Amino acid sequence: MSTPVSPPPLVVPPAAGPIPVAGSAESRPLWKLILSPLSSLRLTVILLTFSVLVVFFGTLAQTDDGLYLAQNRYFRSWFSTWSPITEGWRWIVIPLPGGYLLGTLLLVNLVAAHATRFKFTWKKSGILLSHLGVVLLLVGQLFTDMLARESRMTFSEGEWRNYSEDFAASELAILSDAPGDQMTEVVAIPEGLLRAGEVVRHDRLPFTVRVSQWMPNSEPIFRAPRATNGPPQASSPVSKHFDFLSVAETHKMDEKNIPTVVIELTDNGGKSLGSWALSVWSGEPAMAKSARTSWYRRFSRGDTSGDDSQARMMAGQLHAFLTEPQTVTVNNRAYTLTLRPHRYYQPFTLQLLKTTHEVYRGTDIPKNFQSRVLIDHPARGERREVNIYMNNPLRYGGLTYFQYQMGRDEFFSTPVAHSVLQVVQNPSWLTPYIGCALVAGGLLVQFGIHLVLFVRRRVAP
Amino acid sequence: MKKYLPWILCAAFAAWFLSTLLAPGDKGLAWGGLAQVPVVNGGRHQPFESLARNALVQIRDRYSHYDLAEERTVPAVEWLAEVLFDSERASRRKVFRVDHPDLISLLKLPLKNDSKDPALREDGKHYSWGQIVTEENVASLQRESERVAGKDASHQDAFDQAVRKLSGALSLYNALQSTARPRDVRDYGQFLSQFSRSLDIGATLRETLRAKYAGKEIPKDNSDPLLRIGGQVLVGADRESETGERSTLKIPLLLPPDGTEEWSRINTRLVGIRGGEPLPRSLLAWAHLGDAFVARDTNRFNAELRDYRDWMQSTFPSELSHANHEVFFNRMAPFYVAMTIYVVALLLALAYWFRFDSWLRESSFALVGLAFAIHTVGLIYRMVLQGRPPVTNLYSSAIFIGWGAIALGMVLERFWRNAIGLVVGSFLGFVTLVIAHNLALDGDTMEMMRAVLDTNFWLATHVVIVTLGYASTYVAGFLAIVYVVRGVFTRGLDLATRRAMARMVYGIICFATLFSFTGTVLGGIWADQSWGRFWGWDAKENGALIIVLWNALILHARWGGLVRERGIMNLAIAGNIVTSWSWFGVNMLGVGLHSYGFLNGAFQTLLYFVLSQLALIALGCLPLKWWRSFGEHSTDTIAPNAPTAGKPPLRPVRSVA
Repeated sequence: MSTPVSPPPLVVPPAAGPIPVAGSAESRPLWKLILSPLSSLRLTVILLTFSVLVVFFGTLAQTDDGLYLAQNRYFRSWFSTWSPITEGWRWIVIPLPGGYLLGTLLLVNLVAAHATRFKFTWKKSGILLSHLGVVLLLVGQLFTDMLARESRMTFSEGEWRNYSEDFAASELAILSDAPGDQMTEVVAIPEGLLRAGEVVRHDRLPFTVRVSQWMPNSEPIFRAPRATNGPPQASSPVSKHFDFLSVAETHKMDEKNIPTVVIELTDNGGKSLGSWALSVWSGEPAMAKSARTSWYRRFSRGDTSGDDSQARMMAGQLHAFLTEPQTVTVNNRAYTLTLRPHRYYQPFTLQLLKTTHEVYRGTDIPKNFQSRVLIDHPARGERREVNIYMNNPLRYGGLTYFQYQMGRDEFFSTPVAHSVLQVVQNPSWLTPYIGCALVAGGLLVQFGIHLVLFVRRRVAP
Repeated sequence: MKKYLPWILCAAFAAWFLSTLLAPGDKGLAWGGLAQVPVVNGGRHQPFESLARNALVQIRDRYSHYDLAEERTVPAVEWLAEVLFDSERASRRKVFRVDHPDLISLLKLPLKNDSKDPALREDGKHYSWGQIVTEENVASLQRESERVAGKDASHQDAFDQAVRKLSGALSLYNALQSTARPRDVRDYGQFLSQFSRSLDIGATLRETLRAKYAGKEIPKDNSDPLLRIGGQVLVGADRESETGERSTLKIPLLLPPDGTEEWSRINTRLVGIRGGEPLPRSLLAWAHLGDAFVARDTNRFNAELRDYRDWMQSTFPSELSHANHEVFFNRMAPFYVAMTIYVVALLLALAYWFRFDSWLRESSFALVGLAFAIHTVGLIYRMVLQGRPPVTNLYSSAIFIGWGAIALGMVLERFWRNAIGLVVGSFLGFVTLVIAHNLALDGDTMEMMRAVLDTNFWLATHVVIVTLGYASTYVAGFLAIVYVVRGVFTRGLDLATRRAMARMVYGIICFATLFSFTGTVLGGIWADQSWGRFWGWDAKENGALIIVLWNALILHARWGGLVRERGIMNLAIAGNIVTSWSWFGVNMLGVGLHSYGFLNGAFQTLLYFVLSQLALIALGCLPLKWWRSFGEHSTDTIAPNAPTAGKPPLRPVRSVA
């Protein structure tokens, strides 16, 4: 119930088009001349219209593309197109600006408007304040996009970690015990270099890595004895028992891609040392365990005797084959090869002490997930226990740990509980809080002023 | 006389509301007493009556059952008592609603039949457990359910949904049947006492359970009553204690912590009884109640019930008192009463536009005030019962949107006194309560909150504010509809009214911007707190963002002089589409972290609503010469907004249409 006292021109000629700026063009400095077309409210309205469209189509696309891909295509991009997913309608292509383009233009538009024609009065202080908040939100989102990093920490009760893992990118890690030292030396080759045909050399490695095959997503297939198997994929031990089959990449929220790489090593003399099939199925303990559980389930299905020790043994054996260390020995030094999720190390460790998973009595509705964790940071002399649960993350060492998932490895007769924490590093996490407060405060001031004026006029006729 | 009419009307409706609060007396069985017995279902303490109502509404779409054969209405409590205690009688009640003709023919169910003999009557929509659950039908339903389960929810057609609904209803009914006692047993109480004296009943049952999981079938028709009954007890037992599995049937928990730490299922408790341990008081009470019910012994039933309630009163006074309050709330039905009064108020306010008789407007205002008070009482009562802020699920969001819209409508009416606020407020109040009523058909509306939502702080801030944003955007949209409809079809939209409405819409949009923005960003902060990201482009977040963008667009378009009065009205009507998309549309996509609010079947309704809004926008775009309010004197017509900003509409303005 406010009166339409509005920021830009208080008096508009009745047949107004885009907002002309008060004063004639000649009297204005050059920078204002350049900025003024960018500052028009017509542009604002057009940009807002496109924003509505992009957000709408970006939401629709999530049904097909999944959240992650749709986000990249529509919001973290400069341009995009949208097509219906229904068969027969796919020829329709709607071109759209991307989120980056719209965000940038909105920012330019807003700044230009304030630079060229916005005159500060107390009556308009609310608008200034909320626009400042909008700028902060836009810039903050951009910073988050560029700087924020999300990873996960998966551990079972009793285990400790000093790193979190990327859930999209993997790395080929080559580990060796440095002679005369307690430390393990690690050479990690990032996923980006592991394309078929690539050759990787490193000063600390006495061999050359040649990538023969890269599978972005794969499945382990057991080479059953006496079955008609083709030749093994590689000469590595795991290939005696498993073939890794390339499967289509997934974009679904609740699924992940599990890559496999086949490499050949040659020593510096050019002599082949053999070939290795390295998969995240073997390299990430959680994946190997989930494979074991599903084998166990498959073997014990249809078994009515109630005795599942046979199934347990078989699944355990397959798990041992899958996770058998893949090593190569050169110059009397053993190197262990593994493909694993890319790791981010921290200078402190977290140990999972206890998980709590409660449901409401007599239902499957989750009531509480909680991980009790021990933080051990020797450099700071810190050693304390904390609870991480829904809506109560741990902010520590510039990182935020959120309770993400919880599960039990049912392979063991007393199931072992594990917890997955989402680890977020976002240096600009505070900006939305400030931006929000500014915009809300600004709107409150602005509409409050209108409301007071309006009511006053009503009361005094 | 006319002066007193508003008060008389108001008093009459208030009297009606108060009369519903009186508890009806019980003549035969003490239904009222049974209704208040506390139980636990879906993790929530509730009275027996709520369990009965929420189950029946899922099966029959109604809170009571009209029985064709007996030609009377069977209340939910009576129906549930039959299902629990006397499954034979219950299996003849035609409570399962089946609408789809293909499903009716698949299951070979009888068609409508107005027979003279009440026992043979069929309404062609409702069928009994006995009619549906034949061996052949179970097989066909099983097959169809498996087929539907393999289908993505978005690809299910009406038949698939009918199959799913009926399977769900049958499974619910089956759980209820297994709640209190084995079927076809007359003296269960006696049986239990006998065996508990002579045998280790728990051990015997556990033995049977182990035998079952070792793959041995339990003989169904055994002369050994323990084995026969034991088999049924095991079906209903929560197997968690023995095998680590939880029962798949959602069986209510009838037994209070009487020797255990938590509420438990009767059958689970029975299996857990160790040798020599006496049977718990509550377990025997339910057995005796059932026996008295089967024997149709009113006195014994009422005496058993009184004993049990007295015992509850001394042992679990707070549970009993909570249950009593909820029974009172069920009887009060505040939202139903408010919905009815809103309709009357709406009609009175509309009548006022055709003959400007001030008693019409005053009566309407008084009734809206009364209904709003009842609406508020209901809202607060629910909050206290649940121990939660007002909005916890889609159902309560509908109730709260209605409440917010009425509040805004009344404020508008206080300022302008032209019945427009009343029409828009009472209409939105009525419609949102109808929507809430339909959402309640899914079952319990006070279900427990999942872990991630279990935070009163964010529910009270983010959810409440964003919902107020929805409410105000709708108010602006419906004001605009009033503008267009009155302008095109009547001569009632004069200059003063137009000016007034333009201000109302503008003011409300300012409000809507504030609320939707603040609410959306608070949602982002909640997401940052619980999922580690401020903005995840999740479908529901995006829906809320679109509302913010849309409101901002309207404001900027107006400030820039790009749209005038009519343009704003049309944009505000489009705001209805945007808001409905965010409220319901995104829930139908079934993607993202917010998809817990998944809805089915409402898609068509949403589509029709969107089409209706587009039609109204088209109407709003008609040339002014076709508007009845402008037709003859279309030269003065619509004023640009900005120039007259804040000034009374005195000077004539050029047409810009």
